Amino acid sequence: MESTGTIVYGIDPLVIRDHYEIDYLHSYAEDSPFFIGLTKGTLLGSRCTACGYTYATPRAHCMECGEPTTWHALRLTGRIHTFTTCHYGGEAFLKETPFTLILVEFDDADTLFLSRLKGMPPDQVRIGLPVVARFAKTPSFKVTDVWFEPTNKA
Amino acid sequence: MRPVYMISGGITKFAKAHQDKDFRLMVKEAYDYALQNVPRFSKDMIDGAVGSYFSDHFTRQLKAASMVQDYLGLCPKPSRRIEGGGATGGLCFQSAWEAVASGRMNCCLAFGFETMSRVNTWKGNEFIALASDTNFDFPVGGFYSGYYAMMVQRHMHEFGTTVEQMAMVSVKNHANALYNPYAQKAKRLTVKEVRESPMVATPLTMEDICTMSDGAAVCILASEELAEKVCDRPVKITGVGSGSDAMRMADRPHGNVILLPHEREADYRQLRYPGVHSFRGGRMAAKLAYEMAGISNPGEELSFIELHDAYTSSEIQTYEDLGLCKYGDGGHFVESGIPFLPAVDYGLELPNRGRLPVNPSGGLLACGHPVGATGLMQAVFAFWQLQGSVGKHLGNDKLQVENAKRGLIHSHAGTGTYITVSILEAA
Repeated sequence: MESTGTIVYGIDPLVIRDHYEIDYLHSYAEDSPFFIGLTKGTLLGSRCTACGYTYATPRAHCMECGEPTTWHALRLTGRIHTFTTCHYGGEAFLKETPFTLILVEFDDADTLFLSRLKGMPPDQVRIGLPVVARFAKTPSFKVTDVWFEPTNKA
Repeated sequence: MRPVYMISGGITKFAKAHQDKDFRLMVKEAYDYALQNVPRFSKDMIDGAVGSYFSDHFTRQLKAASMVQDYLGLCPKPSRRIEGGGATGGLCFQSAWEAVASGRMNCCLAFGFETMSRVNTWKGNEFIALASDTNFDFPVGGFYSGYYAMMVQRHMHEFGTTVEQMAMVSVKNHANALYNPYAQKAKRLTVKEVRESPMVATPLTMEDICTMSDGAAVCILASEELAEKVCDRPVKITGVGSGSDAMRMADRPHGNVILLPHEREADYRQLRYPGVHSFRGGRMAAKLAYEMAGISNPGEELSFIELHDAYTSSEIQTYEDLGLCKYGDGGHFVESGIPFLPAVDYGLELPNRGRLPVNPSGGLLACGHPVGATGLMQAVFAFWQLQGSVGKHLGNDKLQVENAKRGLIHSHAGTGTYITVSILEAA
């Protein structure tokens, strides 16, 4: 049942509960094809039309030279560039702990991609480990629609 | 540009919560302290102010700097607010410097605060993580400790840095703070205790990570003419530099090292830079500040450093960005004892202790990190060091660096996206 009164935590000084929440209309704008791509099992990076620099995490313009990029479908296999297992987290993710974050490196891209590693105990995670992208069957239209698992999973 | 001096500073005690004071009163307390220390100065001499606080989410009060401006009685003088993540305080300091250096003002007040106790720690972590890309980074598990943990895992992989070396930073900074009554979390620790404290994000434990705080700090900057008139021992700001890097760690390039004057290309033939193991923006900030201050070998020419140790790992990474040692040698640098203070007992074997103390105040790890105040707190501690007045302000002179001539302060935002370096010298 929703409370209508004010919650008071203390009176000297006077401390009350002040609730706040909001819904945003969040547009992925020029990055939209990446998120649509995830629903089709593709990982879309960006390749610069001028200098050829290739981004594993997409951007519509090149960070090196400023020219427009085109979409570039990445191979779905890469390696762990670095990793951590989080035992705490921001409030939104506390219930998911422990979870393992990785930056993935790809043979066909100059930059990395941040994702979660699933399907492996934290103490076995190593830099250089081959990983493969997996996609959510029911999309949430968030970057978490993709995650990685070890390629040579037993 | 004309010379700029710091003539006074003040800070509140940093604490988990200051529920008895709102942000206006906290700043007022630090401001009054600063004014008391320059009796020949009066607030009429202040031409304007720059305010710094990081997060509108924590305050949920837009234009909070305007409320400080009127509370201090500074209306209708010029005022603005600076925001740049963890580097907010350092950017604020440099913005006040610009106001005086340009001739626009003869005296500019820099004030900063943060009130992080208004939400629980994990909601606070979520707010902070909104300073990572909210399309590609935040939803994966937005957590700054996780991001820095990934950065140091790579540093360990590239260079062989160890968790014990990181723990030594925690031992040092927490022990220094035992002599700093403004600090939030002073304690004597061992390397073993740091490693055995709860794991937050491998390999970083609770004692590798700074805490959230409430607190405020102010600095008063002035022209040479005014500084000479009102201050017995002004401190000259001889160099300012800042740098940046891509918001997403994943986008950082793997190229060549930006060299400092005492380094050579041959030092780094095999190193792909900055990747995620180093802070390119910190190197850029250092390079610019050293050029302005005429520093060619920082390890030899600085007396002490107050740097942004939100994580023990970032202190080690920052030694390298600042050129105190080569990239990759940060772990050995801490083992050498160079960044420890000569007079403090750490319970560690330290062969060359005290040659260049880093974070004599206790740093963010032990003082706390009320974001908008942090970079200004560093300036205040550096100011007291260079005046030789640490004993007066802290009630003991254990942390006073002997013959302190030239200090460096370093402020750093989320994974190295904005970084400032400023050089202060005894005038």
